[in-house]
Amino acid sequence: MSTPVISVADLTKTYAVGEVEVPALRGVTLEVRAGEFLALTGPSGSGKSTFMHLLGCLDTPTGGGYLLNGDDVSTFSKRDLARVRNRDIGFVFQGFNLLSRTSAMENVELPMLYAGRIPAAERRARAKAALESVGLGARLDHHPNQMSGGQQQRVAIARALVNNPVLLLADEPTGNLDSRTSVEVMDIFQRLNRERGLTIVLVTHEQEIAEHATRIVAFRDGRVRADQQVAYRRDAVVELEHVNAQADADALMTA
Amino acid sequence: MSIAMTFIVALKALRRNAMRTALTALGMIIGVAAVIVMVAIGNGARISIETQIKSAGSNIVMVNAGSGPFGPVRQGQGNTTTLTPEDAEAIRREVPGIRYMSPGVNTRAQLVAESGNWGTQIQGAGQALAELRAWPMQFGAFFTEQDVTRASKVVVLGSVVRDQLFGAGADPTGAVVRIKNQPFKVLGVLTTKGQGANGQDQDDTVIAPYTTVQKKLLGQTHLQNITISAADGVPLDTVTQGITDLLTVRHKIAPGEDNDFLVRTLEEIATVLTSTTTTMTYLLAGIAAVSLLVGGIGIMNIMLVSVTERTREIGLRLSVGARDLDVLRQFLVEAIVLSLAGGAVGIGLGFGAASAVSRFAGWPAVVSPDAVAMSFAFAAAIGIFFGFYPARKAAALDPIEALRFE
Ligand SMILES: Nc1ncnc2c1ncn2[C@@H]1O[C@H](COP(=O)(O)OP(=O)(O)OP(=O)(O)O)[C@@H](O)[C@H]1O
Ligand SMILES: [Mg+2]
Repeated sequence: MSTPVISVADLTKTYAVGEVEVPALRGVTLEVRAGEFLALTGPSGSGKSTFMHLLGCLDTPTGGGYLLNGDDVSTFSKRDLARVRNRDIGFVFQGFNLLSRTSAMENVELPMLYAGRIPAAERRARAKAALESVGLGARLDHHPNQMSGGQQQRVAIARALVNNPVLLLADEPTGNLDSRTSVEVMDIFQRLNRERGLTIVLVTHEQEIAEHATRIVAFRDGRVRADQQVAYRRDAVVELEHVNAQADADALMTA
Repeated sequence: MSIAMTFIVALKALRRNAMRTALTALGMIIGVAAVIVMVAIGNGARISIETQIKSAGSNIVMVNAGSGPFGPVRQGQGNTTTLTPEDAEAIRREVPGIRYMSPGVNTRAQLVAESGNWGTQIQGAGQALAELRAWPMQFGAFFTEQDVTRASKVVVLGSVVRDQLFGAGADPTGAVVRIKNQPFKVLGVLTTKGQGANGQDQDDTVIAPYTTVQKKLLGQTHLQNITISAADGVPLDTVTQGITDLLTVRHKIAPGEDNDFLVRTLEEIATVLTSTTTTMTYLLAGIAAVSLLVGGIGIMNIMLVSVTERTREIGLRLSVGARDLDVLRQFLVEAIVLSLAGGAVGIGLGFGAASAVSRFAGWPAVVSPDAVAMSFAFAAAIGIFFGFYPARKAAALDPIEALRFE
């Protein structure tokens, strides 16, 4: 069997707040294989974001090991870590984190600026393609403050994808979105997972969102409480058809 | 990130806060412009002194009464009464290698003509002064030896005095002006010479026989100075030495005692003047450089504010793969662009201000390429120096902490 994309063993993270030590992760062991779509759930404060930051090489663990594509991340230099963040991992935040007063195109081009010499023409072509793939082909020059939350989140997804990562990490990407927009975002994730075989780890509070994944891992108090395959997987395409039909029906009723 | 891209990103960031950028750069603009103008004025003064000396002749020796520590140029005149017309005559007769000699006594007085009056300097001189200073007449003639012997009440006017009393370009030869209530006949007008070594107008003067100034205006018998020109090919050192030896004997100055006169070549006097000017230039440029430093501190301040404001942006850049070196470079380049743009505008402003000064204040101001290059380099250095600390602060940020920053 091929090497897992993610392999963590007894991962711990303890924050020091003044004198007090806050154990956020108390030993997580987990493997994620290529092509998996994993949803991470758990109550607030259970360590989901902490875990995602460690997976995204944005933070370093207190203990335990993390192999990314079989490479031990703890041996990486700061430079290597920047490279991993740039090329191998795409990160989508709950709060979008787009550059304000900067167009969608430029936001999506940003990771390519740090990826060695990519000619401007190629950068633009790739950013455009990424934005089109998330359905924003008509909003290339819009600034974040001219877009809805769902559109901003899609720009952030395009930015996460533009360097063709092997792993997409999304921390509550639908946390700030209404249910319909959430389903649209999940549609994008499902398509990426299905069509490109992209490995995805997604954090969510909501059971319905989690059921779009192939596997659900539940955290509690910094530990894995449950880990199971999704028996009845939701399909965003079907749901969207349903929502649209509902909207048409409503329109007919009120007409 | 490539250097070119870093520049573009820096320019965009600066343009996003155009007003703030302009105000921050203003500190550099004023600093650089101030340095350039100050050095230009100092330079102009030095160059004009040098040209004056050249035009006055490189073969001129001055004897001044008195011997103050700052030289006889202004000090001691009028206090020392030991320099006499007999000394002047003795020098002319006994020191070899002398071409022209003119005794000097100066005073200031009011000139009254029918059409107006004008306060100016009256130079008492010998008849040889016109040749000695190579100063031709525009109208009329210079006074003669006879006028000197008789202490005739005659004057030759500088062109400024003529302009003031008789109107620009007029020929007042033969007219009468009154000085201290005595009538003086105008013999002629000198050609225009322009500004002198110390910035005063050489044409704002009246020249009369020194004997007349002594007897009719001052009531004294001593001289303030003697001007001498050496004959062609005679080394000035021998003339200076000859005069010193002669006056030491005539004034009975014992060995070890201070001289009551000072003999110097015009070039030596010019050196004193230029070195004073140079010192002043450095002083002014130094003061101006302080404003450059203040401008640099302004840049550092704004860069620190900018780093704090953009902490989340930095976190985001780090999270999509920026290295700390990329972040460092981005903020450093921003600071450098800010200071260099300020420097460039400041150079333009400095050129403009320097030409305005020479046009309106009449001071010669010559912008030196050295000052331009130096203040530009200084501006760049300030950008690097004051930009480095904020940039390093930005680069040291931790991605997650930066993203969480409120
Ligand atoms: N920077 C930090 N400093 C100190 N403690 C922290 C820090 N970040 C997280 N923690 C603590 O670690 C624990 C786990 O936090 P984490 O953000 O991972 O939870 P979460 O599962 O993502 O919660 P939520 O669902 O609310 O986002 C919490 O108790 C939190 O207080
Ligand atoms: Mg969280």
